[in-house]
Amino acid sequence: MSEHEYVPKSKAGKWFNDRLPLLTLGAHLTDYPTPKNLNYWWTFGGILTFCLITQIVTGIVLAMHYVAHADLAFASVEHIMRDVNYGWLIRYIHSNGASMFFLAVYIHIFRSLFYGSYKSPREVIWIIGLMIYLLMMAAAFMGYVLPWGQMSFWGATVITNLFSAIPLVGDSITTWLWGAYSVDNPTLNRFFSLHYLIPFLILGLVVLHIWALHVPGNNNPVGIDIKKPSKDTVPFHPYITIKDAFALLVFMIIFAGFVFFTPNVLGHSDNYIPANPLVTPAHIVPEWYLLPFYAILRSVPDKLGGVILMFSAIFILFVLPWLDTSKVRSAVFRPIYRQFFWILVIDVLMLGYVGAMPAEGIYLVLARVGTIYYFLHFIVVMPVVGYLEKTDPIPMSISEPVLTGGAEPSIARKVNDKV
Amino acid sequence: MTKSNIKLLVLSFLLLILLRPLQSAEMADPIKVNWSFKGLTGTFDRASLQRGFQVYKEVCASCHSMQYLSYRNLGEPGGPEFSEQEVKAIAASFEIEDGPDSQGEMFTRPGKPSDKFKSPYPNVQAATAANGGAYPPDMSVLVKARKGGANYIYSVLVGYEDPPPGVNLDDGVYYNKYMAGNKIKMPNNLMDGLVEYADGTESTVDQMAKDVTTFLAWAAEPELEERHRTGVKVIIYLILLTILVYLSMKKIWSRIDTEV
Repeated sequence: MSEHEYVPKSKAGKWFNDRLPLLTLGAHLTDYPTPKNLNYWWTFGGILTFCLITQIVTGIVLAMHYVAHADLAFASVEHIMRDVNYGWLIRYIHSNGASMFFLAVYIHIFRSLFYGSYKSPREVIWIIGLMIYLLMMAAAFMGYVLPWGQMSFWGATVITNLFSAIPLVGDSITTWLWGAYSVDNPTLNRFFSLHYLIPFLILGLVVLHIWALHVPGNNNPVGIDIKKPSKDTVPFHPYITIKDAFALLVFMIIFAGFVFFTPNVLGHSDNYIPANPLVTPAHIVPEWYLLPFYAILRSVPDKLGGVILMFSAIFILFVLPWLDTSKVRSAVFRPIYRQFFWILVIDVLMLGYVGAMPAEGIYLVLARVGTIYYFLHFIVVMPVVGYLEKTDPIPMSISEPVLTGGAEPSIARKVNDKV
Repeated sequence: MTKSNIKLLVLSFLLLILLRPLQSAEMADPIKVNWSFKGLTGTFDRASLQRGFQVYKEVCASCHSMQYLSYRNLGEPGGPEFSEQEVKAIAASFEIEDGPDSQGEMFTRPGKPSDKFKSPYPNVQAATAANGGAYPPDMSVLVKARKGGANYIYSVLVGYEDPPPGVNLDDGVYYNKYMAGNKIKMPNNLMDGLVEYADGTESTVDQMAKDVTTFLAWAAEPELEERHRTGVKVIIYLILLTILVYLSMKKIWSRIDTEV
């Protein structure tokens, strides 16, 4: 992987590096040859790292003041908002930070889908990424329970009840998850414990995600393999770091806009009502980033079927690298797939929208159509289009974007096979 | 990301938004009030907050608690900003239960600024029982806990009407066009001239509703003014930094033949 052996200049540096090659790692990270044509859709990896660190730092401070008890949690959040110095700022960064985290991760995932970053030889990066995404959803769900408002309580009730759909042992599993016979204080306690644990698991997976990335190197908008280092690459520092910093700052402006001017717009007003097991809210809705899956869940009239379909919607992504049969990575050169990609984007947005609406009438119809398309896209469209599609000519390298006559998929295949 | 694709995206969203009115709407949309605390630099109207506290104290507080507020909050910056003497006097006008003392007995004493607002009922059950089975919600975060926020609270306060023909209401249930299902168990407590404002403002129903809603908006978000102020500074700082980083990026990338 390393291009040339790094030797520290100072004696102390050499002594340390011989025992733990941290300086070599640092040199690898700064020199890391990166395709020079990465566009701004590639800046979300850095943005996501920022989001994770922000959530961990603000979360640790919040945990110093929060009380994980059914009778005290709601009051302790108000204590943070009113009495803790800048408590309101820390909490609003944390709660909006979760939304910003998901916004960034969705862009990151769709970028991968558009440019074929999940394809060989990057399947492991993709799968680790999906594991991070799954953990993010678990962490976000449990975090939303902690303020112990109405949506916290009823959201927890709805989601944990999904497990009761499992035949034979479902009820036992649900009781085990709750630590009680309903969502109650023991549930809140364990959710807090897990909510604190998961971000560190994510952090570990992020390290693996980046490690796995640094083996083949970055994909790029053209989607072809490039020689590293070469005319087609730039060192990660300063070229990519400064570009990531610029994109991160733009992202932070939007983030700050939410935190300071509409801190509650992404939350549900019912969560400022203390949890009450005797009063069910008119509409129980999860946070916006889980809505597409909620729509899939509710589109099936059968509970077990809905649960299976909802989990399948995520797990189908794990086999995506093998469902996609196209030899060409980037959708830039795939005129047919490109159209389907945008249909998928619209489909997921629509599912998210109907997930927030009552499951009746036109919304139920849209949810069902959307669910069917979602699965068709991965099971039918991706394999079939991959075989049938006539892709556009592909450049030989990033530096020579001139389309070589009659290159077509055959050349692309040759380029791909060189790895 | 071609133009036609973006068009398609926008179109499908418009379609979804157009579908929205198909939802059954039983209650009227809240009245839109031009609150002084709206907008990026919005602040509370100090006089209105003080009047609103008076309305709360003299009207609402007999049923609604505000358990997360302390009397000291009334004197803090960004709030009604009563003077230290006034805050002490307000707190002292309440008898607060304290204890146990060295004999193990509970006792009452005049309130201090550090005390939480005294609740009208000892617990939720007592409050529910005393109000015909409807718990008067704690108002500390009420504005954040209702869709529509301040506009909604104000609308409900001025939204009492005689029920339209054909609508029969049980005893202790009132008609309110902004309430979900148009039924509310809180009677219309505001009438012109109900409180005598210390600053001489005429206490019309509309005035009192606006004042008390302003007060509740502050109670729910006591940090609002500081948040707005800090936010403006943070965003200006970020924009300047972004410009500097952008220029640095352009400079650094000028060595490469690729555009950023």
